[in-house]
Amino acid sequence: MPCQLPLARRRNFCEVAIGFSEEQALLEARRCIDCKNPTCISGCPVEINIPHFIRSILKRDYVGAANIIREKSSLPAICGRVCQQEDQCEARCVNAIKGTSVGIGRLERFVADYQMARGAFSSPNIAAPTRKRIALVGSGPSSLTAAGDLAKLGHRVTVFEALHKLGGVLAYGIPEFRLPRAVLNSEIRQLENIGVEFITNCVIGKTETVDELMTEEGFDAVFLATGAGLPYFLNLPGENLAGIYSANEFLTRVNLMQGNKFPEYDTPIRIGKRVAVLGAGNTAMDAARVAMRLGPEEVHMIYRRTRAEVPARAEELDHAEEEGIEFQFLTSPTQFFGNTSGWVTGMEVISMELGEPDNSGRPAAVPIKGSEHSFDVDTVIVAVGQGPNPLVQSTTPGLTTNKWGNIVTDDTGLTSRPGLYAGGDVVRGGSTVILAMGDGKRAARAIHQYLMAT
Amino acid sequence: MGNRILDKSAIAEGIFRFVIEAPRIAKKQKPGNFVIIRATEYAERIPLTIVDSDPARGTLTIIVQSVGKSTRLLNSLHPGEELLDVVGPLGHPTPIDSFGTIVCIGGGVGTAEVLPIARAAKAADNEVISIIGARTRNLLILEDEMRETSDELYVVTDDGSYGTAGLVVDPLADLIFQGRDINTIYAIGPIPMMKAVSDLTEPYNIKTYVSLNPVMIDGTGMCGGCRVVVEGKTRFACVDGPEFDGHLVDFDTLILRNRAYAQEEKTALERFETAETVRFEGLV
Repeated sequence: MPCQLPLARRRNFCEVAIGFSEEQALLEARRCIDCKNPTCISGCPVEINIPHFIRSILKRDYVGAANIIREKSSLPAICGRVCQQEDQCEARCVNAIKGTSVGIGRLERFVADYQMARGAFSSPNIAAPTRKRIALVGSGPSSLTAAGDLAKLGHRVTVFEALHKLGGVLAYGIPEFRLPRAVLNSEIRQLENIGVEFITNCVIGKTETVDELMTEEGFDAVFLATGAGLPYFLNLPGENLAGIYSANEFLTRVNLMQGNKFPEYDTPIRIGKRVAVLGAGNTAMDAARVAMRLGPEEVHMIYRRTRAEVPARAEELDHAEEEGIEFQFLTSPTQFFGNTSGWVTGMEVISMELGEPDNSGRPAAVPIKGSEHSFDVDTVIVAVGQGPNPLVQSTTPGLTTNKWGNIVTDDTGLTSRPGLYAGGDVVRGGSTVILAMGDGKRAARAIHQYLMAT
Repeated sequence: MGNRILDKSAIAEGIFRFVIEAPRIAKKQKPGNFVIIRATEYAERIPLTIVDSDPARGTLTIIVQSVGKSTRLLNSLHPGEELLDVVGPLGHPTPIDSFGTIVCIGGGVGTAEVLPIARAAKAADNEVISIIGARTRNLLILEDEMRETSDELYVVTDDGSYGTAGLVVDPLADLIFQGRDINTIYAIGPIPMMKAVSDLTEPYNIKTYVSLNPVMIDGTGMCGGCRVVVEGKTRFACVDGPEFDGHLVDFDTLILRNRAYAQEEKTALERFETAETVRFEGLV
């Protein structure tokens, strides 16, 4: 995939991956051997007919190809960018056995962008109105997927979002250089065009409860997709010093509030000279790469295991390294120090070594006694994971959760209460956009069956 | 979309009362709840306590003192204009019961936050003693409203320009020394005031609630920017508060965290004032 050169992109917010040209797309599409039993489809959580859309590319019918994807996914331009295809469809591609998989995600992005650039959207077939009303809580990938599927089935769909912008983690979490906001907004507009209603600034659990939605507001079913919005901290001494952000706060200040454009925008973000990002998941990578774009001298990622165990997508890790982010593997913080005005100035870290596999199956990271040393920093971003926000769970009687507060569902997304479904990170814990979309799709199917049987 | 400003009135120097349209929130508001407001596309999200609500009209009352850029921007708006985003009601409601005798203390614009608590406490059959204070007479707010809902009202100003000269802790100390049987205290105002009240009442073991005002962004527990230290533990003021037991709050950490963006706040304010000047001169 052609990309902006690392030295240029590390200081700008323009999209990193430039996308295929028509010629490149055709070359790539030709690599698909159109297998008799296309295994790639079974790797797609939203069941896109991949060989079919690739055949349309070969016929140079790019809009037709995009529409084939849209039969199953309402968000092709988003998925073409942020889906981990290498673990999904591309992992099952026959070409991957002997060499390199067809770049399915890149082709998806190409046709979706082609369609978007030309505004060549056609109205999908929408079933006759069912007069059933469904509330979707949260406007992230899981809800957007369910919204598209349910609207096409003829239901009246309302999406409630707590923040002022739509998209959930796609808006506040994933940075502009991985997912331009114009792309997100275009996909949301397509949903509005098929009748999906969006209500921002409405916190379910506060402004309205789930029970009020189902009784007073007259919704026939509710889908909970409130994500993993509760940041975890390390509970180490000094962690509440100024200059120590959760990854959520750091990314929200920039992605949602445009802190990188202060003072044109009022929300500030302060970046020092030496930034440490704690953790090495996808959120940590996003935080580190956003930090680099704000202009510090150095950005370090501090991770207690080694490069081999990094949980982030390989492409994100490669991109981060290319952009000059430095990695301190086998290192873990133990405490933070600050100056008299309460701003962080450094931390103490301890060296680790790998031990026997732990419960997660990965080698345990074991501290090496006496290896504590200091590490100067003036900005710290804590990216050690997120849990589910408890606002809905704590105000919905009879809703079963597990010990981490995640909502418990069956395979169809049904919770412990009839008519109440859930999916995405609030069920899975921190997971991926495409698995959240798969949940939205499954829940939409189950909600449809439930509503049409009653 | 947007929330229309229906009414605006000056209640003291640089302090305005707004009545805004927000039907869903008005239906749900309880004393102690707050809203997050983003006035324009470029504005910050800032938390403001809901002073009153009218579910039938679908309106909320908020009171705003011009301090930095965001509050000045709000106070420059007029009836008929819209606030881009208003979300709430957020935070836990104030714990109110029939406690017996309670004291409501409001310092500066904190009186706006104490008023709904005093009203609810009165409605719950408490004897309500109130103490309100301000730096100077021109900054004192809601005296009539507080008098109406209180069995006793003490008014103080730092400079003695109105009421008794002194701080809000002074009448409270007198009440305690007189041996009044105070069950619960609600103290809302500047951090040093809330700290002083908490320090005074701790040895007497009088339950003292304070309302914390850290920097906040989303207000729903998503960012952790508003974290405060209570009983040695990190809590999020937006979802765990905003009211906490004053005897357990680490006020020093709160003061330092609230100063984190002092430089940026100054920059934003200067830029705003320059723009205002340009606009004004443009009219002349």
